[in-house]
Amino acid sequence: MMKEKKIKIVNKLGLHARPASLLVQTAMKYSSNITIIKDEYKVDAKSIMGILMLAASCGTELLLQTDGADEQQALEGIEKVFNEGFGEEI
Amino acid sequence: MENEIILKGIAASSGVTIGKVFLLEEDEFFIPVRKISKDKIQAEFERLEKAVSVTEKEIAENKEALSKMLGENYAEIAVAHLLILKDPMISKEVDILINSGVNAEYAIYQVVEKMSKTFDNIDDEYFKERKNDLIDISKKIITNLLGKKSKNLSNLDSGSVVVAKMLTPADTITMKNEMVAGFATDTGGKTSHTALIAQSLEIPAVVGLKNISAQVYHGMSIIVDGNKGIVILNPSKKTKQEYKKEYEIQITDRRHLEQFKNLPTVTLDGRNIKLDANIETPDEISSVLANGAEGIGLYRSEFMYMATKTMPTEDDHYQNYARIAKQMGSKKVIIRTIDLGGDKLTKLGLMNIGREENPFMGLRAIRLCLKYPLILKTQLKGILRASVHGNLQIMYPMISKIEEIRQANIILEQAKQELKKQGEKFNPDIKVGAMIEVPSIAVIADLVAKEVDFMSIGTNDLIQYTIAVDRVNEDVASLYEPLHPAILRLIKMIIDAGHKQGKGVGMCGEMASSIEYAKVLIGLGLDEFSMSSSKILKLKKEIREISFENSKKLADSLLKCSVTKEVYDTIEKFND
Repeated sequence: MMKEKKIKIVNKLGLHARPASLLVQTAMKYSSNITIIKDEYKVDAKSIMGILMLAASCGTELLLQTDGADEQQALEGIEKVFNEGFGEEI
Repeated sequence: MENEIILKGIAASSGVTIGKVFLLEEDEFFIPVRKISKDKIQAEFERLEKAVSVTEKEIAENKEALSKMLGENYAEIAVAHLLILKDPMISKEVDILINSGVNAEYAIYQVVEKMSKTFDNIDDEYFKERKNDLIDISKKIITNLLGKKSKNLSNLDSGSVVVAKMLTPADTITMKNEMVAGFATDTGGKTSHTALIAQSLEIPAVVGLKNISAQVYHGMSIIVDGNKGIVILNPSKKTKQEYKKEYEIQITDRRHLEQFKNLPTVTLDGRNIKLDANIETPDEISSVLANGAEGIGLYRSEFMYMATKTMPTEDDHYQNYARIAKQMGSKKVIIRTIDLGGDKLTKLGLMNIGREENPFMGLRAIRLCLKYPLILKTQLKGILRASVHGNLQIMYPMISKIEEIRQANIILEQAKQELKKQGEKFNPDIKVGAMIEVPSIAVIADLVAKEVDFMSIGTNDLIQYTIAVDRVNEDVASLYEPLHPAILRLIKMIIDAGHKQGKGVGMCGEMASSIEYAKVLIGLGLDEFSMSSSKILKLKKEIREISFENSKKLADSLLKCSVTKEVYDTIEKFND
């Protein structure tokens, strides 16, 4: 069963290089396939260039999908880094 | 025998040097296209794997060097680069191509080209520019696939003249300074990073050469003449000999100047003058001390923001300033708070501010800080914490009205309160000054002097704003006149205003470093001169031959001149 959840970017600078790196590093901890969807774009959360391609700024709503053995943990883990604003200024 | 080629650029750092080209390539290479037969595909994958792992090692080494030099935060770009190497979206497409019989170099090239196009369609400037990270990494891998030895700035040979499109702070950090004999770059101006670094390393540099990087090869014979602003490629025997003579004179002059290092800076009639250094990075401290500077009159803290992909934290600031404070001991160090524009920070990916029509008159320096007070507070807390290690002072740039000084001081007060609560130690009486570089504040300098501990005249901007001239614009550059009667009167006003309140006045613009203006500025009453450390000894020698009383007379007559030519004529007559 695939899991999905809407998430919002709260940090000021959006998904620029540092948060994108952190997101990818977090995603890599899980074996599940993790996908991030913005409008019609769908990218692999383990791909840094994919994430940067979304050009997602603060306030953007994204759809997070996880699919695999640890999909629940992946969903929660990734949601957490988003909600914490990647440790940056919110 | 190849012909001598003379290229004209902008003189960015004085001196001459004869050396060999070290070309820092922005590697444009020829990508080989080969059909790989089915039985060789496995070997092609192994070749790629090896190249990727070599690249990974290189990036990791660079990351190590960066974080050692500047702190963990500065290495974050390297983290992103390592992730690009492992990017599944890229490797998936590359694998498909290799499996279809395309060689690894061409496979990477095709995938990167395709992805770059996607980035080109992004509107946001910051994200659009991220394609450069991808291209950089792909070039590194392809270089390793081709078995080319990647020319790393850390393996410079002595006597190398570094030729590049442009030099970034990251480039200059990896250089072994003692190996570099000069710089020659395609882009840049008199105040570019390359120019400032060259001046502090006391090596000649010529910038703005347009396309020198496309005209040279590694090991080519080259002369950099930073006095005239020219570069000579393949110099003839005769030219080489002429420059050898000039180089020897330069060395003798430098030795001659060394004897002034420990002598006081005092005029013939006993007026003491302070000579300070302008610096850009903490690495320049050794040159500051070697040239006998009495302090640092201007630490351009922008470097903190340029060498990174994230906003520096309070701790980054602290580490940096503490290092400077410790090395300078009891000597004064004036830290100018961030003097960048929103445009620059957005370009660096640190902020997201809309494009400005006229950035020079836009949201920059103190204006930016007051709009986003956290940037300033973070920096001030870093400075305050470091203030216990030495004699640090704070200077606000681009002040255009007194409210800005007061608002910035409120933020400073908040920073102090917060540190107090955290139990951090700092100097509660840290001195605060204003940079006088906007005409509106220069005119009310008498009022400013009551609000601050010191004032420092930033002539580059003061002249530019007062005369309303962009000196980089060739069509009007000749209007940029440091001795314009209005500028002389403004400087006089500022100095008098400071003295009336018993406060010293310094100058940290280019004008302060020029022998040509020393007599005039001393006559106007300037107390402190701050400049690139390499220029200090020369100025000290000059000042020791000047009479303050005579200079005052000169200044008095200059203040009566109505046109710039009259100013020059009066100075000339006076010198005879």
